[in-house]
Amino acid sequence: MTRQFPKLLSIVALTVLLAVPAFAETPEEKGFAIAARSDRSDRGFGDSTVDMKMVLHNAHGQETSRTLKTKTLEIPDEELGDKSVVVFDSPADISGTALLSHAHILDPDDQWLYLPALKRVKRISSVNKSGPFVGSEFAFEDFTALELGKYSYKYVKEEPCGDMNCDVIERTPKYEHSGYSKQMSWIDQKVHQVRKVEFYDRRGDLLKVLGLKDYQEYDGGIWRSHTFHMENKQTGKSTDLIYSNYKFKNGFDENDFEKGVLKRAR
Amino acid sequence: MGSKIEAFALSYAGAVIRFRWAFILLTLMIAFAAGSGMPRLEFANNYRIFFSDENPDLVAFEEFQNIYTKNDNIMFVVQPKTKDLFSGDVAGAIEYITEEAWQIPFATRVDSVTNFQYSWAEGDDLTVDDLIRDGPSLSKQELAHKQQVAIVEPQLLGNMIARDVETTGINVTVQYPEKELTELPEAVAKARSIVAAAQEKYPDLHIALTGISMMNNAFMEAGMKDMQTLTPLMYLFLIIVMIFTLRSFSATIATLFVIAFSAITAMGAGGYMGIQLTPISMMAPTIVLTLAIADSVHILVSMIAGMREGQDKITALKESVRINFMAISITSLTTIIGFLTLNMLDTPPFHHLGNMTAVGIGAAWFYSLTFLPAVVSFLPIKVKPGSKKSGITKFLTAYADFVIAKQKPILIGSIAVAIVLIAMIPRIEINDQWVNYFDRSIQFRVDAEFGMDELTGVYLIEYSVESGESGGISNPAYLANLSKFTDWLRNQPEVEHVNSYTDIIKRLNKNMHGDDESWYRLPQERELAAQYLLLYEMSLPFGLDLNDRVNIDKSATRISATLGNYTTREMRDFIIRTKTWLEQNTPDAMHATATGPTAMFAYVSFRNIKGMLQGNAIAIVTIAFIIMLAMRSVGIGALSLIPNAVPILMTFGVWGLISGNIGMASATVSAVALGIVVDDSVHFLSKYLRARREKGMDKAEAVTYAFETVGLALVITTIILTFGFLVMSLSTFQINEQLGMMTAVTMVIALIMDFTLLPALLLIGHNKTKQKTQEKGAQKDDKTISQAA
Repeated sequence: MTRQFPKLLSIVALTVLLAVPAFAETPEEKGFAIAARSDRSDRGFGDSTVDMKMVLHNAHGQETSRTLKTKTLEIPDEELGDKSVVVFDSPADISGTALLSHAHILDPDDQWLYLPALKRVKRISSVNKSGPFVGSEFAFEDFTALELGKYSYKYVKEEPCGDMNCDVIERTPKYEHSGYSKQMSWIDQKVHQVRKVEFYDRRGDLLKVLGLKDYQEYDGGIWRSHTFHMENKQTGKSTDLIYSNYKFKNGFDENDFEKGVLKRAR
Repeated sequence: MGSKIEAFALSYAGAVIRFRWAFILLTLMIAFAAGSGMPRLEFANNYRIFFSDENPDLVAFEEFQNIYTKNDNIMFVVQPKTKDLFSGDVAGAIEYITEEAWQIPFATRVDSVTNFQYSWAEGDDLTVDDLIRDGPSLSKQELAHKQQVAIVEPQLLGNMIARDVETTGINVTVQYPEKELTELPEAVAKARSIVAAAQEKYPDLHIALTGISMMNNAFMEAGMKDMQTLTPLMYLFLIIVMIFTLRSFSATIATLFVIAFSAITAMGAGGYMGIQLTPISMMAPTIVLTLAIADSVHILVSMIAGMREGQDKITALKESVRINFMAISITSLTTIIGFLTLNMLDTPPFHHLGNMTAVGIGAAWFYSLTFLPAVVSFLPIKVKPGSKKSGITKFLTAYADFVIAKQKPILIGSIAVAIVLIAMIPRIEINDQWVNYFDRSIQFRVDAEFGMDELTGVYLIEYSVESGESGGISNPAYLANLSKFTDWLRNQPEVEHVNSYTDIIKRLNKNMHGDDESWYRLPQERELAAQYLLLYEMSLPFGLDLNDRVNIDKSATRISATLGNYTTREMRDFIIRTKTWLEQNTPDAMHATATGPTAMFAYVSFRNIKGMLQGNAIAIVTIAFIIMLAMRSVGIGALSLIPNAVPILMTFGVWGLISGNIGMASATVSAVALGIVVDDSVHFLSKYLRARREKGMDKAEAVTYAFETVGLALVITTIILTFGFLVMSLSTFQINEQLGMMTAVTMVIALIMDFTLLPALLLIGHNKTKQKTQEKGAQKDDKTISQAA
């Protein structure tokens, strides 16, 4: 018996050691795993174009809207951000204004702006990713697709969201100039898409709530939400982004996302 | 009628004494029930409470705030002892405070020199970054360059940076959810803890806190401070008065309960009315205490006088209730009417003050006629029997003779003095500089003055300048006019800073032309201006939103002009001048109206005075009617208006002569004072008429009788009232200070008028030769008394 004991002990020890990663995953690991699965479900779309209508509401029911077109090129490396071109259609006096950006995960993005009335491309560098995107309640950093490396993650809980079940993940921005202290995201367990995000300001107070609706599945299992509703809980203002006309695999390459293309982006 | 009321009062007094325990229990229950409303009282902490929902200036400002970002703010005013802002250490300190300030609850944006979004160009590269990042690591040359940038930036100089470059501001925009009254104190507490921490870390900085939030907080702090200091002072004074007038410990205790119950009932009722306390409504208990004591003192003094004449306590008490019932009821009623007319003013805190005080006066009347006789009937009160005819009475008789002898000179003299003083009224200047609402024991006043002296003004006049078309703010014609308007504003002597959208557009135009200084001008095409606006939108930092300057439709922009420390008359002149300039120099759409708290306070007194005139008319007519009814004499009722209205006008004259400045209090003095000064003349006239009617005296005899019977009481009540309102004038809050001081002056003038003008008026038509019948009259007096008994 006594001689058997060390052997038994080592078996137990071995079982425990093996069991830890298998069953006692830490909340951080679980959160990361869920976020990664969601992010990767988006991987492989290649490129896309989409029309967007942006409707801005103030706290007193007044609204204004503008339309724009977005072209996006996926950069497969998870350590790099995607590249995109935004071209404004309306109102008429800003038609043709185009913004090219090369997103970076933890550094300021590279941006080039083309103003047709000035007929020049300007490179804009700004550390500020948290400012409002063209007057909307969205910051540029909310926009750029869920880039896995931008945050650290923590699994919080599971709860119903609409007619599905969601995992609630807390994510903390790694970018030092981020305007947020943390975000809570709701990721459904069925198709692993983000359904809702709460943004907390640097003080830790709830700032904004983003709801993502009208998901559609495109070829290759790519899911896209067609209605983003961002509500600022501190000012009462909100912005709707209504997407239509998604097209994937347009055969874009990096040459389509160089500053030279801006002048003829319209 | 009078005798019927007195007969009722007598049997009523008997009932109170018989069922005294029931009455005591009942009154205690009522006092506790009313007092249970007190926990509902909360301090208001928003200056908006000074404007009614219908106030057109508030309505206009609400509309403005629906369009643009609210500008509730906390401003840290920072001055280094070295007076050198652009040193590494100081820049580091500003960065530290800027960073910490984000932690202030409900802060949506922090702006400072260090995080100012500085944009510059190098060829076709445009960089937008914080002006100063990690200040302590920067070289002297770099910091000197930053200073050069900062002092030519129109958004910073004269606003965030003092023109002498010795002081800077860190502005925190705060957006309260406005769900709880605790929001503001939380934000202020955090701001103060940041100041404390920063001062420990950087002992060479002087930091002051100003801004709208700090002002709002000061309203609350001023009210609390007054409550802690003035109410105890008032109790102390009243106890001293009672000890001297009543000379009885039990009677003093009984009266103390009556006035305390009255004040509690007033405050409790305020709680049930849903009143939010302000420094103004916080004066209600002080005023109630002052007024409530009169009822009890009248009853007790008469009772003690009766006992001195040898009556037993119960008889004396009943007799006292009998002879005082009518006078106490009328004076309470007229005072209540006066306070209720405060509801005609625009400013809700005056309604609150009026309504709470009215309830308190009603309560004092009620407790003085229920609780007081019930309690006094079994309390031990000892009075030494003795002669009633004191030296004071002798003096009053002699004084009456003097008035009768010199009737004409007194009449002419008092009218002449009144006319001279009333002629001084136009010297009064109405001024509502809200920083000056607080005295220097309130930190906000000190800090705001430091900010105004060292950095920039706190009085902001706002305009929403319309273009008349959607997206029209990019129209070059609009921009040109807006720029002209901005330049014109900057040339006005009152203006310390102008925040205008044209500065932003000019800077972007320069940036987009490689920072070539000659391009610091407006773009000439609409598309370019619109695209610059888009660029500006893209460069906005976290928490700053375009609607701070531009409306959502892009059809209007906001111009904010910061004025120096000018009186509201000068501000009104500025507002009118600006309006005229816009009308003469810009298209119709651009004729913007001045708005914002400063514009609202600039007109608040005028709006109140309009309500005051209506209220006074109602009060005067109602009070005259009550006096006519009570005195059963139209002539005496009409005559009573003179000694009541004239002292108020004279007080304004005195004020014009010695001070000249008055704010919102101007509209309240007459309402508060009218109902109170009436009391003295009611007492005097009722005694005069009693002598004429019941005792068959002639005018001179009746005047002498009135002086002998109520002369002393009038002097004593005037002393009490004057002191009560002087206590109020010790308030930390200017409106209370002025209201208290002016009402106190009115009380004194009214007493003088009751001793001069009133008898002189009553004696008109009196034949001096009749004077000698006085002795006969005195004999008659004795007869009537024995008949009545």
